[in-house]
Amino acid sequence: MTTTATPPPPASVAAPATGPEPADGPVRIRSPWAGYTTTARYIILFALVCVFLLPVYVLLITAFKDLAQVSPSRMWEWPDSLSLDTYRAVWPKLQDGLRNSLAMAIPAALISSFLGAANGFVLSKWRFPGADIVFPLILFGMFIPYQAILIPMRQTISDLHLLGGLNGLILAHVIYGLPITTLIFRSYFTGISDELIDAAQVDGAGMIRTFLFVALPIAVPAFAVSVIWQFTSAWNDFLFGLVLTNPDHWPVTVALNNVAGGQVVPYHEAMAAALLASIPTLLVYILMGRFFMRGLMAGALKG
Amino acid sequence: MYRLRRWAPGFLLILPSLIALGIFVYGFLGRNVQVSLSNWRGLAPRYDYVGFDNYTRLAHDTRFTGDVKNVIVFTVIFVGGALIAGFLLALLLERGVKAEGFFRGVFLFPMAISFIATAVIWRWLMSNASGAQETGLNKLFREAGLGFLANDWFKSNTVFAMAAVALAAGWALVGYIMALFLAGIRGVSDDLREAARVDGASEPKVFWYVVGPMLWPVVMAAIVILAHISLKTFDLIYAMDPKSRKIETPALYMWFTTFDGFFFSRGAAIATLLVLGIAVVIVPYIWYSMRSERRK
Repeated sequence: MTTTATPPPPASVAAPATGPEPADGPVRIRSPWAGYTTTARYIILFALVCVFLLPVYVLLITAFKDLAQVSPSRMWEWPDSLSLDTYRAVWPKLQDGLRNSLAMAIPAALISSFLGAANGFVLSKWRFPGADIVFPLILFGMFIPYQAILIPMRQTISDLHLLGGLNGLILAHVIYGLPITTLIFRSYFTGISDELIDAAQVDGAGMIRTFLFVALPIAVPAFAVSVIWQFTSAWNDFLFGLVLTNPDHWPVTVALNNVAGGQVVPYHEAMAAALLASIPTLLVYILMGRFFMRGLMAGALKG
Repeated sequence: MYRLRRWAPGFLLILPSLIALGIFVYGFLGRNVQVSLSNWRGLAPRYDYVGFDNYTRLAHDTRFTGDVKNVIVFTVIFVGGALIAGFLLALLLERGVKAEGFFRGVFLFPMAISFIATAVIWRWLMSNASGAQETGLNKLFREAGLGFLANDWFKSNTVFAMAAVALAAGWALVGYIMALFLAGIRGVSDDLREAARVDGASEPKVFWYVVGPMLWPVVMAAIVILAHISLKTFDLIYAMDPKSRKIETPALYMWFTTFDGFFFSRGAAIATLLVLGIAVVIVPYIWYSMRSERRK
């Protein structure tokens, strides 16, 4: 349900108005307006693309303007010359945050995905009595408002002497990432035929070996979906970072809010900082959008 | 005995995760309820039971009731708007347009950006500064001769303030809803559509009578996802205008009263109410999803 590839485009693609209908195709009643509606659809789509990219336009031109031209009232003006001055001003304020976020999001995504793979494998291929009750209980963790666990979590992390540093934050992201990673892998393994697993058992492999050497290698696509999704979530998280880390270990979202949060902050610095803090997840999205999509669909339970 | 040996290893493999989630989800939720029934105020934890005092006081707290009104307005506008806009986007792309991947990519990319970055950008776009300081969309409207559209955005005194927040949130999430609808529409088998066409139904009718009714599960999923996001959203509003009561929601009040005011028991009470609000939509949804999965 969730890990299938994006559905292929429908078989019947609306032909351009000038193109003749293929004689052997299904008999379609073509409206005389078809050509106009196609044109209108493209016009509307391009208009919407412009609206969606408006913030990006502002972000890009502002962040590269030289200091002489940055004034809120000239927000929409094309830059006279390209300059990296704003980045030079913002970089020192964000570089620690960027490093912390990398050091936190990568291990959090990997560990959470690995545990999720084990859970998903057990819940689909090595089921135990009550697995059908356990799974919804795991899923519920995906939807809880984090406000409701913040007070006890902060205390527990503090009792574990992990408050302030990155390890406490990683622990939180690993655990609260488990529901979605479990869901991703469970869906994936459900779609794999049982024969493969049974064959391994006939060969005498135990569960751990079946999981590590049979199931895990074929779950590489699910692993990509899971890691990318968890990396993005951990990177974009703000609340956990705010509650669990001290200023030395602030993730980039908290650093960004401090750089760009006040109304007194020059707006070109706010824009450049927002862009810098978003580059890693944007790169992931651009390079691996397909996997990102599947993570999204998994989050909806029924894609 | 054989059966036990058969499933025990699997159970042991999943056990650490179950324990972790048991503590971090259910244990903490329970502890949070306990705190909400105590009089813990100040830095040192206290768990003296005081019954529902914190809840009854919240009911008479005008800040809290105002926040509840805000989050209801936000939910209605955000869920309704994103649902309609996402559906229309899916309709535009459904019949297959050239460069569909490009359009989808553009509508979806805001999902990859943090709410903090989204808020930073939109706060400037929706600035209500006037005169020489005028900027953002107001400035753009003025230059395009649409000055009458200029407004106070999230600093308005009306429900429009919440609508402005919903606009930024919608920018971030509408592509997701579009993707859900697109997958739903394409999940309807071509045979079914073809059968209707053979019966002489026009394309709009095919869509309305054949595809439409099969989209209800998607609508349900979209509503549940959007509604639970709108109840728990914190960072977007916090980064946009943290101290403004005009756009404060219970999720923010919880934060300020707990970690700024150290009124832990009241913060826990607000959080408990948030869980209840979300559970009302989430629990039936998970139950429904599991049941329809078992039927397959």
